Amino acid sequence: MIEFHVNNEPVSFSGDEDTPLLWILRDHLRLTGTKFGCGIGSCGACMVHIDGRASKACTSKASSVAGKRITTIEGLASPRGELHPVQQAWIDEDVPQCGYCQGGQIMAAVDLLNSNPEPSDEDIASKMRNICRCGTYVRIRKAIHRASTTMRKGT
Amino acid sequence: MLRRTFLVGGLTVSGGFLLGLPVRSALAGNDTASKGGEIGFFVEVKPDNTVIIGVAQPEIGQGVRTSMPMLVAEELDVEWSNVTVRQMPLGIVKTADGYTWKYGSQGAGGSTAVTDNWDFLREVGATARQMLVAVAASRWEVEPGACHTEPGEVVCNRLGTRVRYSDLAQDAAKLPVPSEKPPFKAAADYHIIGKPAGVVDIRDIVTGKARFGIDTEVPGMHYAVIQRSPYLDGAVKSFDDSEARKVPGVVDVFKIDGPGPGEPYLILASGVAVVATSTWAALQGRKVLEIDWDKGPHQNESTESFWRQAKELLSGQGQVVRDDGDLDAALAQASKVVTARYEIPFVNHAPMEPQNCFVHVEEGKATVIAPTQSPSGANRAVASVTGLPRENIEVQMTRVGGGFGRRLTNDYVAEAAMISQKIGAPVKLQWSREDDVRHDFYRPSGLHELKAGLDDAGKVTAWTQRLASAGKYYRRPNVAQEDQYKPELYIDDFPAQVIGNLRTEWFEVQSGMPRGSWRAPAHTANAFVVQSFLDEIAHASGQDPLQLRLDLYGQSRDLPYGQHGGPTYNPWRLSRLLKHVADRVDYTAERPQGRAVGIASHFTFGGYAAHAVEVEVSGVGELNIKKIVAAVDCGIAVNPLGVEAQLEGGTIDGLSTALNLEITVENGRVVQSNFHNYRIARMSQIPAALETHILPYGDKPTGMGEMGLPSIAPALTNAIYNACGVRIRKLPLRDQLKKALA
Repeated sequence: MIEFHVNNEPVSFSGDEDTPLLWILRDHLRLTGTKFGCGIGSCGACMVHIDGRASKACTSKASSVAGKRITTIEGLASPRGELHPVQQAWIDEDVPQCGYCQGGQIMAAVDLLNSNPEPSDEDIASKMRNICRCGTYVRIRKAIHRASTTMRKGT
Repeated sequence: MLRRTFLVGGLTVSGGFLLGLPVRSALAGNDTASKGGEIGFFVEVKPDNTVIIGVAQPEIGQGVRTSMPMLVAEELDVEWSNVTVRQMPLGIVKTADGYTWKYGSQGAGGSTAVTDNWDFLREVGATARQMLVAVAASRWEVEPGACHTEPGEVVCNRLGTRVRYSDLAQDAAKLPVPSEKPPFKAAADYHIIGKPAGVVDIRDIVTGKARFGIDTEVPGMHYAVIQRSPYLDGAVKSFDDSEARKVPGVVDVFKIDGPGPGEPYLILASGVAVVATSTWAALQGRKVLEIDWDKGPHQNESTESFWRQAKELLSGQGQVVRDDGDLDAALAQASKVVTARYEIPFVNHAPMEPQNCFVHVEEGKATVIAPTQSPSGANRAVASVTGLPRENIEVQMTRVGGGFGRRLTNDYVAEAAMISQKIGAPVKLQWSREDDVRHDFYRPSGLHELKAGLDDAGKVTAWTQRLASAGKYYRRPNVAQEDQYKPELYIDDFPAQVIGNLRTEWFEVQSGMPRGSWRAPAHTANAFVVQSFLDEIAHASGQDPLQLRLDLYGQSRDLPYGQHGGPTYNPWRLSRLLKHVADRVDYTAERPQGRAVGIASHFTFGGYAAHAVEVEVSGVGELNIKKIVAAVDCGIAVNPLGVEAQLEGGTIDGLSTALNLEITVENGRVVQSNFHNYRIARMSQIPAALETHILPYGDKPTGMGEMGLPSIAPALTNAIYNACGVRIRKLPLRDQLKKALA
C-alpha cells in the first residue's frame, strides 16, 4: 500500500508499485487533466508538481511518490475556484489551440515562475521544454511574462 | 430551389427553444447537395435568455467551437458572452434513398469549416431571429417590419416596447421554419464577426476539465492495447501469451488480422490485442508477449532504396498530367536553363493525444466515443467491422488533441470495434506514442525535379516539374491508376497559367509505407520546391527574388483553379502579402555578413499566405532564426484571434517539420519511435519575434487551418542561402549547414 496526497486529499494505491503516477491519476483517481503524451518523460503533457516541483508523472513510479504531496492541474486553482495567475494569463493570452498539452505547460510554467519570478525569453525557452504540437509557443511565452508581472505585483 | 425542413422547432426538457434547422438539400450556387444532403443545426434559447449553439464539426484545435457559433450568434443577434456551445454527435439518418446527414457534412479537413458554413450558419441564426420577431410582432399586433432586434431582445420602437428572446422562445418553437431565406446583416453592423474571441472552452482547458477522447470513462469499460506488426504489411505467424496472461489485470489476449498486402486499410496492421482492467496492466501485458512475425513483402524496403527507385524513375518518362504550350521548344530556345532536384521526406502526424477510441458493440447497435476528424468515417469503420446498420451506430465526438490529418482515417476506431465485439464489453483502445510514430498514414515522400528556361531578359519562358513520389491515394478503393497523381500535384498551382510552356509529370514510387493527408497535404512539398526554385532562378539570372515573384504573379485577376480551394485564384493576392512581409522584415536593409532574409508565398485551399524570415548563419553553420513575419489573406477574418493562432501554429508546424522531422525505413520497419528521435520543435527553436498579420480581402472568409504552413519552409531555406550560400534541397534541415560549412 502506497500512500500520498493528491490535491490535498490523502490517497492510497495498492497495485503494482511500478505503475507510473500518470496512470494512477488517470485510471484510478479519474484525474484526467494530466495527459499521456509519450510515456518516456519527453513531452511534458503529464507534468504535475511533486512536493512543489514540476515532475513528469509518466516516469514517476508509484513507489517513488510515497508520502509525497502531488498537485495536478485540477488542484492548481484555489478550492473556491480562483484561478492561479498562470491559468489566468493563459486565458488572457488565449494560448490553447487543441489544448491537450496546456495543463502540463501550465504546471511547468508555475514551477518556472516559482523559482525565477522574472524570467527572460531565454530563461523561458531553456526551462519550458514541453512540446506543443499545435505551436502555441509564442503565446505561452507571452502568458508567462504576463503571469510574472501579475505575480510580482502580488495581485 | 428545395428548402426542406429536416427538424422543426420544438421545446427542450428545460423549456428552452430548440430550433432545428434546416433546411436546404440544394441551394443554387451551392454544392451542398453533392456532399450528401440536408444541413441542420440547433439553437436553444434558455429561460435565462442565454443561448446554446450546437457545433457539428469536430474541434481539433482549429477553433471551430468558437468560430462556428460566432456565425450563428451574429445573425441571431445575441451577446457573445451569453452563448455556450454544445458538441453535436454524428447526425446520420436512414432515408428511403440511403443515408443522410441531418447536421450536414461533419468533419475537419481541407480548411473547409468556415468557408462551407459561412452562408449556412448565418442563415441558421437569421432564421431563428426571424421566427422570434414573428412571435413578438404577432403578440403586439404589428407587422414584423415594425420590429427590430437588439442583442437578446425584440424591440418595437413604434410601441416603445421590448421583449426578451426567452419570453418568445416557447411560441417561436411552435412556428414552422419560414420558407423564405431571411436577409443577412450588413457587414458594418457586425458586433461578433470580425471581433477577436477567445477559445470558448479555455477555462475548462486551463483547469484540466476539458474532455478529450482519452478521458472517456464508462462503467464496466476495459482497456486495450495492440502490439502491431513492426514490419510493413507483416503478419502474426504465431504468438505466446502465457507471460502476458500472468500480468495482474490482463483479462484477454487475441490476434487482430490486418489487411493483406495491397488491400485497402480498414486498420493499419496485423497484431495481438491485450485487454485488461487498466491501461498500465494492458501495457505491461503487451510488453511480455512473444510474437513470431511474418516479415511480409516489404522487408527489404529502406529509405535508401526509396530514393534509389525515385532517381531511376526520373531518368525515364512519367505520366504527363499537364502540358501547356511547347516546353521542349521553349527550353531549346532558352538562353539559360536552371535545374534542381529536391527531396521531401515521409513525416508522421504526431498529434499530442495518441490515438484512442471507446467503442461498445452490443446486440444490434454500437456506441463510439472518438477523437476523430471524420465521424462519418468512424461510423463506417464500425459498420465494416460489425456488419451493423450504420444508423444503429452512434458516434459522439470529443475534443480532439490535435488532428493534422491523422484522424481523417479511423483505423483506430475499427480496431476498438474489433476488440469490443470480441470481448462483448465496452473498451477503450489506447495507442502509445511508439504505436503512433510507427503506424501512421505518413505524409508522402517524393523527389522533385524542376527545370526552367529563361530568355535574354531573364523572363521565365519554360517550366517543368517532375515528381517521383509515393502518393497518398495508395490502396484507396475506387481510385483509377491515372488519378493517383491528383493529390500529389495540383496541376493548376502556380506557375501554371502564368508560364505558357509548362509540363508536369508524375512517377509512382513503389513503397509499403501507408500514406495519407498531412496538414496542407501536397502544398507542403510543392510550396517548398516551387518557392525554393524561384529563388534559384533569381540568383542564377541576377534578379531580385521578390521582384521576380511580383513580375510573375502579375496584375490582379482570377485564374481558373480546378482543385480544392477553387474555382479561381488570384496570384496578385500573394504579391500583396509578399510586399507586406518584405516591408515588415526590412527586406532591402543592408545586413552584416552571415545575416539575411528570405521570402516565400503560397496559395492553399482558397487562402493566401506569405512568410519572411531573417536568419543568421555562423561560419560553422549554426543557425539562428532572428525573426519571422507571417501574413495571411483569408478573405475576412471571422475570428481574428483564431486566425492569428492558426497562422502562428501553421508557421511553427512548418518550421518544426522543415528543421527536424523525417520518418525513415530500414528492413521494412519504421526507424523512429518517440519524441527522442522524432523531434518536434520545442520553444527553444522558435524565435520570440514571430509576427502575424491579417490582410483582409473581399467580403467572404476562407478557412485557416492549413494556409499558414506551406510557405515558411522555403522562406527559411531562401534566407539561409542568402546568409551563407548553402542551398538546402533536402528536408529536413537538421545538421546540413554544419556539414556544408565545416
